[in-house]
Amino acid sequence: MKILAVETKMLLRDWPAPLIVLALPLGVLLILGSIPSFSEPNPDLGGQAFNDTQMPALMLVLSLLTVSLTVLPGTLATYRERGILRRMSTTPVHPMRVLGVQLFINLVLGALAAVLLIVMAKLVLGSAIPKQLPGFVLVFLLGTAALLSMGLVIAALAKTAKVAPVIGSVAMTPMMFVSGMWTPREIMPPVLRTISDYSVGGPLAAALRDTWAGNAPQPLHLVVMAVAVVVFGGLAVRLFRWE
Amino acid sequence: MNLIEVSHLHKRYRDHVAVEDVSFSVDEGEIFGILGPNGAGKTTTVECVSGLRKPDGGRIRVAGVDPVGERDRLRLILGAQLQSAILPDQIKVWEALDLYASFYPNPVHWPDLLDQVGLTAKRDARFGKLSGGQRQRLSVALALVGRPRVAVLDELTTGLDPQARRDVWELVEQIRRDGVTILLVTHFMEEAERLCDRVALIDGGKVAAADTPAGLIAGVGLDQSVRFRPSEPVDDGVLLALPEVHAVTRDGAHVVVRGTGNLAPAVTLALAEHRIVPGDLRIEQATLDDAFLALTGRKLQ
Repeated sequence: MKILAVETKMLLRDWPAPLIVLALPLGVLLILGSIPSFSEPNPDLGGQAFNDTQMPALMLVLSLLTVSLTVLPGTLATYRERGILRRMSTTPVHPMRVLGVQLFINLVLGALAAVLLIVMAKLVLGSAIPKQLPGFVLVFLLGTAALLSMGLVIAALAKTAKVAPVIGSVAMTPMMFVSGMWTPREIMPPVLRTISDYSVGGPLAAALRDTWAGNAPQPLHLVVMAVAVVVFGGLAVRLFRWE
Repeated sequence: MNLIEVSHLHKRYRDHVAVEDVSFSVDEGEIFGILGPNGAGKTTTVECVSGLRKPDGGRIRVAGVDPVGERDRLRLILGAQLQSAILPDQIKVWEALDLYASFYPNPVHWPDLLDQVGLTAKRDARFGKLSGGQRQRLSVALALVGRPRVAVLDELTTGLDPQARRDVWELVEQIRRDGVTILLVTHFMEEAERLCDRVALIDGGKVAAADTPAGLIAGVGLDQSVRFRPSEPVDDGVLLALPEVHAVTRDGAHVVVRGTGNLAPAVTLALAEHRIVPGDLRIEQATLDDAFLALTGRKLQ
């Protein structure tokens, strides 16, 4: 698996990109989380404090959105634009391998962000470690798979390497909104919360928070994410061009 | 033996025909050039040979392998250097070679290849820091790392300065000495004249002519000219009596003789018989550019 070794080395050499993915949500977590009132029970969140699950889970969603919707499509569109995928298809190894390795690397990057956020939230903000850990891992994997599939569709649709991360950034804003970044899902009007329930970001944020607090994720949320993997994954397979 | 056979290749894209009808064959060990202006269908032709595109008609065989039906076998015998395919900026020269070597069952020992393309000193340099010539030489090395029998080199020297171009040309000649058959796409007639054993001139998706560079030039019967300052006055009749000579004109102290065939040897021999020494002797031969113009009515560049 030389491709994995080389791709990883290249990612580390281009370190500002992965650093932003990891450091930005962490910075927000530590700065906003240190506001004293965020550690106190909040009636809007049903008695939870902001720092219990809302803050760390939403920052994890921010990391995953950045990785999946901007970093992955940016890399793949660049590889396509530079003819790297096409060049590989003249060798006995199919460029599918590069794509697989890129998905894996970005999944690992997301996992790294999760671990960092969990540890720092525990150490600095006194948040709990996700109480329903197997469920949390399942939700993390399913949600990341759904977002990476969306990233593949963006990579497929982007005409140039420059435009791919731009499309990703544009897509990120509504995704952050429905996940409750600015308006926690608890205080969303019912219509908005229903929309949130059916958009990938909402179920991911909700299920991460549920499992963080020790509850089971809602089946609806798991189904929405699973459907997203199938739909966007299928679209990506149909639309993706190697050149 | 014909290592590459292309017959009646036809390829169209949604709105236009890229290759109308192209046939040629390449012998083992040959450097075969595909020469033509931009948009003539050169790249599409070699992309079909390389198995990157599926022809809409015609037949291609590379060492007996069908590039469409037997892609996996083709990958092992054909190495391609694609026009404007570049690597990620962050990859190091040795990593690229090591990676591509890992794609093949029986790769070349890549440090030797690095040496051969003159990049040993750049082993640890990142691709993004390489000059255009260094990138092309690395690209050639990557095309050769799987020990191909055929190397396809597309627009190898476009954008390179003259020195870098000559370095790459030497590299190509060296590769041929190692027994690799080369299919070279270019729109530089100078490159084709210098490197190619045979050339197919392609225009508008068709082969206008295919022959050795000298054969193509001679075939269109274009005049060459020999220009010199005679040591003694020359009688035009002496020169006009030669079958190779068409016309004799004078330009100050110089004589300009136009004709075809072995013009220069014939003229100098005739002068020697009359004990005349041709000073400032200059021979201007027709080029592939001229041949292309004569054959297609179009300029190459």
